Amino acid sequence: MSELELSAHSGHAGLMEESPYGIPSGKLAMWCFVLSDAVTFGAVLFAYGYLRIGSPDWSTPFSFTPSILNGLVMTFVLLTSGLTMLAAVEAAKAGRTAAGTRWLWATCALGALFAALHLLEWRRMFEEGWRLFQNPTGGSVEFGAAFFSITGLHLLHVIGGVVALATIAIGFARQKYNRIDVEVLGIYWHFVDLVWMFVFPLVYLMNAK
Amino acid sequence: MSEAAGLPAGHHHTAPTGFIRKYIFSVDHKVIGLQYYGLALLAVFIGMALSWLMRLHLGWANLAIPGLEKLSATGAPGNIMTPEYYLSLMTMHGTIMVFFVLTTAPFAGFGNYFLPIQVGAADMAFPRMNMMSFWVTFVAFAVMMSAFFVPGGPPLSGWTAYAPLSDVGQTAGPGQGWGQTMWAISIAIFCVGQLLGSINFIATTLDLRTRGMSLIRLPLSTWAWFITSVIGLMAFAVLLPACILLILDRVAGTSFFLPSGLVFNDQMLTHSGGSPLLWQHLFWFFGHPEVYIAILPAIGIVSHILPAFLRKPPLGPRVLVGCMVAIGFLSYMVWGHHMFVSGMNPFSAILFSVPTLVITIPATIATLLWIGSVYGSRMKFTTAALFCLGFISVFTTGGLSGFFLAQPTIDVYLHATYFVVAHFHFVMAVAAIFGIFAGTYFWMPKMVGRMMNETLGKIHFWITFVGVYCIFMPMHYIGLAGNIRRYAAFTDNFLIPLIPVHKFITIAALITGAAQFIFLFNLIHTRFWGPKAADNPWGATSLEWSTTSPPPFDNFGGKQLVVHQEAYLYGVQGAAQDFVMQTAPEVVKSS
Repeated sequence: MSELELSAHSGHAGLMEESPYGIPSGKLAMWCFVLSDAVTFGAVLFAYGYLRIGSPDWSTPFSFTPSILNGLVMTFVLLTSGLTMLAAVEAAKAGRTAAGTRWLWATCALGALFAALHLLEWRRMFEEGWRLFQNPTGGSVEFGAAFFSITGLHLLHVIGGVVALATIAIGFARQKYNRIDVEVLGIYWHFVDLVWMFVFPLVYLMNAK
Repeated sequence: MSEAAGLPAGHHHTAPTGFIRKYIFSVDHKVIGLQYYGLALLAVFIGMALSWLMRLHLGWANLAIPGLEKLSATGAPGNIMTPEYYLSLMTMHGTIMVFFVLTTAPFAGFGNYFLPIQVGAADMAFPRMNMMSFWVTFVAFAVMMSAFFVPGGPPLSGWTAYAPLSDVGQTAGPGQGWGQTMWAISIAIFCVGQLLGSINFIATTLDLRTRGMSLIRLPLSTWAWFITSVIGLMAFAVLLPACILLILDRVAGTSFFLPSGLVFNDQMLTHSGGSPLLWQHLFWFFGHPEVYIAILPAIGIVSHILPAFLRKPPLGPRVLVGCMVAIGFLSYMVWGHHMFVSGMNPFSAILFSVPTLVITIPATIATLLWIGSVYGSRMKFTTAALFCLGFISVFTTGGLSGFFLAQPTIDVYLHATYFVVAHFHFVMAVAAIFGIFAGTYFWMPKMVGRMMNETLGKIHFWITFVGVYCIFMPMHYIGLAGNIRRYAAFTDNFLIPLIPVHKFITIAALITGAAQFIFLFNLIHTRFWGPKAADNPWGATSLEWSTTSPPPFDNFGGKQLVVHQEAYLYGVQGAAQDFVMQTAPEVVKSS
């Protein structure tokens, strides 16, 4: 199928010519979303930096084990999922539906593993007494607020991505979704990956003991 | 539409027949545009009623307004407004007008209706997402209105919801409990609706243009909606998390915007570590682009309409596009000019002051282009044309006071006075409203297929035009005299002599507001009893005039238009008429 037919398939309503940019609307919309979402993460990270600089008693509670190590594993898992996503897109482009589906499921599993590791980390911090509004070490309460809101926002993106990956994987196997849909999802997943590359150093490494 | 018409395969966009799919949950961009317009119309009359109540209170402080007690028993005991209730009405007036009128009507309303038609598409790129964006906005409006009825009534922290007032809850005032929470939830929902809409506008403009519709042939209104979408995409993306952080502060016990040691009503708050300035940064990073989200569509609409009545091409349309892009770009660099008195380092103030003054350059170029276009033309003075001229007038007046406010040294004196109220009402509110009026008188024949009454329109224009100057011009002078805004009554010695001016403003506001019912009557009369409109009653050139009035479900009746011309070929020598449609294949020599 050509790009044009594919984009008409993905819900186009226009009397449309081939796009002068050679980019289907779904992909363009995803890039717009990524731009917008990057600004959203930018705003939250700005807020974090603003509060951190403004707090003389900022906490740096993370020791290498378990927090930083867990974070490193999470980073490894998420980066690997970026690789499997790439393989899924390549397979879909080459028309290898079965391989594409397998790689999508692999990405989905890695995303779910990331979310699980993250939630375990959250549970451990909860048990230590960390809350959105509470700091068990006696430092600034903004630590919990910033930590849980930033990682929470990212976690929501990961969980949303895992659900989308499962949906597309099922649909792609049944030819309900095409390679463009896989590619659009890929843009999203790599963006979630990229955001973590900011979140991990800023939220974890900068707060290491 | 059928395959026989040579349309892309897989196209399944057929006209719905049921009432609900046709008028309520419609995916048709034209219905959605009208829904947005209707929502804005409802909102604007509510907002105007609130301003009437406020103005009456400012002119006659202890005036009993019959029936006010019914609206709020605690806010207006004995029909006399309490100072807190005055602030509630002011907050709701600002919020309703900025979000649900100035953003909703010229951008989402007209944009939805005309952007796809002007690029030659059958609908938006994502029709279902388009429907969702309207209904999300509608829910936001409903939640905002619910603030009137929750315990404590509406919030009183202004449309900017400055922390800590917006953040500490009931203890800060009657509306700061439930009312403020509703406000934050409503605005967060509103942001989602606008983000969905912006993505749709961008994809439609870039991807769905018909054959021959190059970017440079796009009408200026489409350019404005496109640029506004790009601004909105990044501006609402900041307000959304800001509102969520505000909600977390209010309901989850965090302290993003609350420092330690705050005492409200003899109560020490338990919060600590946050910063009220953080809210101001986040809010104004959205808030300043927001004023351009309100005004750019109006700039585009006026630039689009004027040439049709000048009967000559506009001066420098490409320069105008450049101006709009420059305004949009600079709008992200100036948020700090709202915070000159927030304890900012004077060097930072200069950093924000310079780009603010630089914005006046593209704005001035745009104004000069309009005036230059009008110069030497034989203008047809229709109501739409009058509102375009009115727009240029109020935009210039408001822009001039902006020169003063952009300087930190002068702003320190003028900040939070009526001078600022006059400034932003002229340059953003009234100017955008004039853009909406111009668009309405110009496009209503296309939207409902009937002509509006010109006599009523002209009466409406002249009362409104003179009226807004009577309302807002004196505010400059009382602002210079030190009259602070957001005061419910003026009891200080230096303010008492200014009360007669407030009475004059109130009377002007009542008359100008009453004139809007002429407009409302004209709208309703046009819809049902107006004379039938021709397909191209103004002899205009862009694609919306190539189809029937109103357009069929797929806009062009299954045809794919081919664009041969630039957008504004008026007064063409040697053409069959004095204008050449964008779809006309005839060869036009550029003069």
